[in-house]
Amino acid sequence: MSNQKVDCIIIGAGMSGLAAGIRLSMYNKKVLILEKHSISGGLNSYYARGKRKFDVGLHALTNFVSPSDRGKPFNKLMKQLRIPYEEFKLSQQNYSLIQFPEKTLKFTNEINVLTEEISRNFPHEVDGFIRLLEHIRNFDEVNLNNETVMAKVVVGNFIKEKSLVEMIFCPLLIYGSAWENDMDFSQFVIMFKSIFLEGFSRPEGGVRTILDLLLKRLKVNGGELKYRAEVTRIISHNGKIFGVEINHNEIIECDQVLSSMGLPETYGVVSEFEELKKPQTGNLSFCESILVTDKKPRDLGIDATIIFYNNRPEYLYQKPKTLFDTESAVVCFPNNFKYDSFEDDYSEGVLRVTNIANFELWNELKSSEDSYLYREQKENVFLNAQKILKSCGLKSEYNVNFKDIFTPTTIKRYTQHFDGTVYGSTDKSRNGTTPIHGLYICGTDQGFLGIVGSMLSGISMANLHVLQGDLK
Amino acid sequence: MVTNAEVRTKVLDIIADIALDDDVTGIKDDVALREQLDLDSMDFLDIVMELKKRHKIEVPQEDYPRLASMASCVEYLVPKFNQ
Repeated sequence: MSNQKVDCIIIGAGMSGLAAGIRLSMYNKKVLILEKHSISGGLNSYYARGKRKFDVGLHALTNFVSPSDRGKPFNKLMKQLRIPYEEFKLSQQNYSLIQFPEKTLKFTNEINVLTEEISRNFPHEVDGFIRLLEHIRNFDEVNLNNETVMAKVVVGNFIKEKSLVEMIFCPLLIYGSAWENDMDFSQFVIMFKSIFLEGFSRPEGGVRTILDLLLKRLKVNGGELKYRAEVTRIISHNGKIFGVEINHNEIIECDQVLSSMGLPETYGVVSEFEELKKPQTGNLSFCESILVTDKKPRDLGIDATIIFYNNRPEYLYQKPKTLFDTESAVVCFPNNFKYDSFEDDYSEGVLRVTNIANFELWNELKSSEDSYLYREQKENVFLNAQKILKSCGLKSEYNVNFKDIFTPTTIKRYTQHFDGTVYGSTDKSRNGTTPIHGLYICGTDQGFLGIVGSMLSGISMANLHVLQGDLK
Repeated sequence: MVTNAEVRTKVLDIIADIALDDDVTGIKDDVALREQLDLDSMDFLDIVMELKKRHKIEVPQEDYPRLASMASCVEYLVPKFNQ
């Protein structure tokens, strides 16, 4: 059997892998993206049930900026990928809420709204918050040499009231932290800027619009993408990359591998890593209920875009001891973006309720012979979602036309992430290097998170390790 | 023989493709490109990569400062185009 040979192999056709593939193919690299699943997207993908289409992962696109707002991550990556801004057809959020038992804070894509909310609800803390904003604005969060400092320690220097700290952290943790209850300060700043300083928007057509743009670009550049191609082994000789084996039966040689499959998942298939310490698998996974209703949420009393709901004084961002955490959730209403220039592509109401969940417990249920138990618990997730929607102020005069519930085992099945993690391992490879020469990490476990972050990760790792390497 | 004006056009074409949303028609030759356009180090890498891809011209890393303004680009690149 003669081996195929390419310049670069990229593992995973998610946001980071596709972005890396575009960059490399743009500069005449022979690129092959290998994807185990039969569609692209990875953690941000889509599916259809009947004629209804659903997004997974993407609640909203973070990092909203206007095209003239230069130097911001979103515009930077558009330039790098040569995709014009208008093609994303972005609609901004109405507003979002952080809803705790005692207080609720509203925020929009204008930071002043949050500052005013804090000054009204926490008058003693607003000066500290303004100083924190200043510190965050001046912080170089993407510097690959930043040392790890826990964010709650840093934020504690500016804000004393613990409940406010909890409220600020809530959206940032659940939209991107692989760590429980806290995160690295650089990561915090990335999330803070992308959510509070830049904000939420939605592309018309959802995640598919982004993926279609990326796939089109990749094709134009001549990059190749192969579906149903599972990397079963990353082959290296004496610490230097040789190629990969796909589906246990085919070997493809290459000079470099960029892996977006996750750090522990990558190490798991490199035979030369057997002697090394395995990276940690993260603790955090999720379940989600999707409700399709006959009425749109604004007709049921809610025009918020996203509600970060928490029914405890403290926000417990950690693996629950039960199947899922019933007392906190992110609730997303895709109908509630400002559809001024573009359309709401959902003709019915769509309501998504996401809870933190425990992978092992769901996995036990799923493995048990009695499949009724798993279905019954999924129904509980759904009933709890309806309860949370009610607590968010949704009137109950609606009919559910369709519902779907996914669990951590669903996430594992489609993403191959160990334990159904969404934000990956707690061990990150910030500069993308591994002990194997020519094997690099991009995506979630390189450490830039969110959809925009993962694309930037793919771009910067492709630039740093492949394109710049060629110029030396 | 490739003239200064032709090299300027070639560089301008590259910049126009990289800075999709920028207006490149009014670029002043003696002012640093960074001051007129929103170009960061990632974009300068792209200028170098495009020179290599389109015109087979290699710019070693130590020479990057010579791409700072349009005038210095032309001065530096004309001999390379005519080699």
